[in-house]
Amino acid sequence: MSAISSLRDLTYERQLTIRQRKGRVLEVIAFFSILLGIAILLTLLIDVFLDGLPWLHPRLFTEFPSRFPEKAGLRSALQGSIWLMVFTALMAIPIGVGAGIYLEEFAPKNRLTEFIEINIANLAGVPSIIYGLLGLGLFVRGLGLGRSLLAGALTMTLLVLPIIIVTTREAIRAVPRSIRLAALALGANEWETARDHVLAYSMPAILTGVILAMSRAIGETAPLITIGALTYIAFDLRGPLDIFTVLPIQIFNWVSLPQKDFQNLAAAGIIVLLALLLSMNAIAIWLRNRLFIRW
Amino acid sequence: MNENHQVILETRNLNIYYGNFQAVANVNLQIPRHKITAIIGPSGCGKSTLLRSFNRMNELVPSARTEGEILFNNENIYDPSIDPVEVRRRIGMVFQKPNPFPKSIYENIAWGLRINGFRGSKSDLDNLVEEALRDAALWDEVKDKLDQSGLSLSGGQQQRLCIARTIALRPEVILMDEPASALDPIATLRIEELMQELKNNYTIIIVTHNMQQAARVSDYTAMMMLLNHEERVGTVIEFDRTKTIFTNPKDKRTEDYVTGRFG
Repeated sequence: MSAISSLRDLTYERQLTIRQRKGRVLEVIAFFSILLGIAILLTLLIDVFLDGLPWLHPRLFTEFPSRFPEKAGLRSALQGSIWLMVFTALMAIPIGVGAGIYLEEFAPKNRLTEFIEINIANLAGVPSIIYGLLGLGLFVRGLGLGRSLLAGALTMTLLVLPIIIVTTREAIRAVPRSIRLAALALGANEWETARDHVLAYSMPAILTGVILAMSRAIGETAPLITIGALTYIAFDLRGPLDIFTVLPIQIFNWVSLPQKDFQNLAAAGIIVLLALLLSMNAIAIWLRNRLFIRW
Repeated sequence: MNENHQVILETRNLNIYYGNFQAVANVNLQIPRHKITAIIGPSGCGKSTLLRSFNRMNELVPSARTEGEILFNNENIYDPSIDPVEVRRRIGMVFQKPNPFPKSIYENIAWGLRINGFRGSKSDLDNLVEEALRDAALWDEVKDKLDQSGLSLSGGQQQRLCIARTIALRPEVILMDEPASALDPIATLRIEELMQELKNNYTIIIVTHNMQQAARVSDYTAMMMLLNHEERVGTVIEFDRTKTIFTNPKDKRTEDYVTGRFG
């Protein structure tokens, strides 16, 4: 009827409809993907909570493991997990953050540095059982530390080091070069610039990375089983050279027992472990939101 | 050049390279004390490179190499016995984009003083901070919020904070790399007024793209130009009083550039 309709391009319009339909289909698929993820997680959580909540009793924290489910607790496993974390943190944080600072701020840009960088990035992806085997050979047998907490912490240190180094480097790289130049132009040397500016401003991000690395360590089971962390310990930890167990191993042990009550006890243990992990992640998120500098 | 002025900085056969590429060739300049010297010229002719060579900031670029001498009060700052940290403490720098530290306004100034060995009392430090902020014409605007982040200030205020941070150390020379190019005209004017105040006590060298700015603020002007376009090597083709450069240049290329006949 009008000039406009004569200008209409029918092929284009048909394609436009198809294009829009494709977009909508993709949206629906994406929506169901996220729904599936959430549904699985919820099922898991509800199941664990139904089984475990009745067993979530102060006794769980004060008692040692036992043959009798109503008397069994996580005391030794909690001690093991906490001390393992403390020792791992004591070793992994200074070494990892230090290595990250060196690589980012001071290392000469040459083949060797590049080679090291690539290897660290690859190490972050190595399966944890491999670290367990290394720990078994190097710390348990080689250094003669036996199946001790220290051997476990050293193994965990190896496991989280690449993660801490990589996140440290990323955090440091986020500090703009203009800030470094500003500090150097005021007559600061490289170390003063790194300490008072680069490190100071990237600390929240480094800390976030460290916490996430530690929360990975606390959930790890395989490498500790490999180095022989015991599953039945009915006494308090006496020192770093003492044998130990940790939460996930205790849970694993209870799950593998035939009695239904132990299954429920395991569920309660999972709730404790989850609470620990989620609160660590929550601290990391809080740090990120509170302290990060927006350039 | 007018001989009445004392020379504070002098370059002798200065050549600057990035790897195999020569950026600046054969510069011989005498920068007069307590004057504002502008470095002008088309983009990519090595103005900033030349400026950064005056406080050895260039060598932070890993491939950079400098030949020749720069005499600062008759002492070669490129002498192997000279620590670049010492040079930078005495020849300060203000950058193109304001780059205050994400610390408090107070700390932005106090930090430079502390690392350079300030060991006095808190009230002495307070006084030095106030003095620097007053000299940078910023005190009245920030005196009630010294504990707020330097990043909370406007762009122009941030740049004056950066100037305050620099002059707190009482350097002899202040290098300014297009200090107003990221600012609006009013903030630019304030920086230019500030420069006029500062030249009573400091020598200022400013790189600018803005020829009106060079004409307005500077006493001397160095005109830089590419020697040839294939190799992109820049050099100073003329150096004189700003008035002479803009009204009666000796070099035809300078005349073409300042009258706008050259891109």
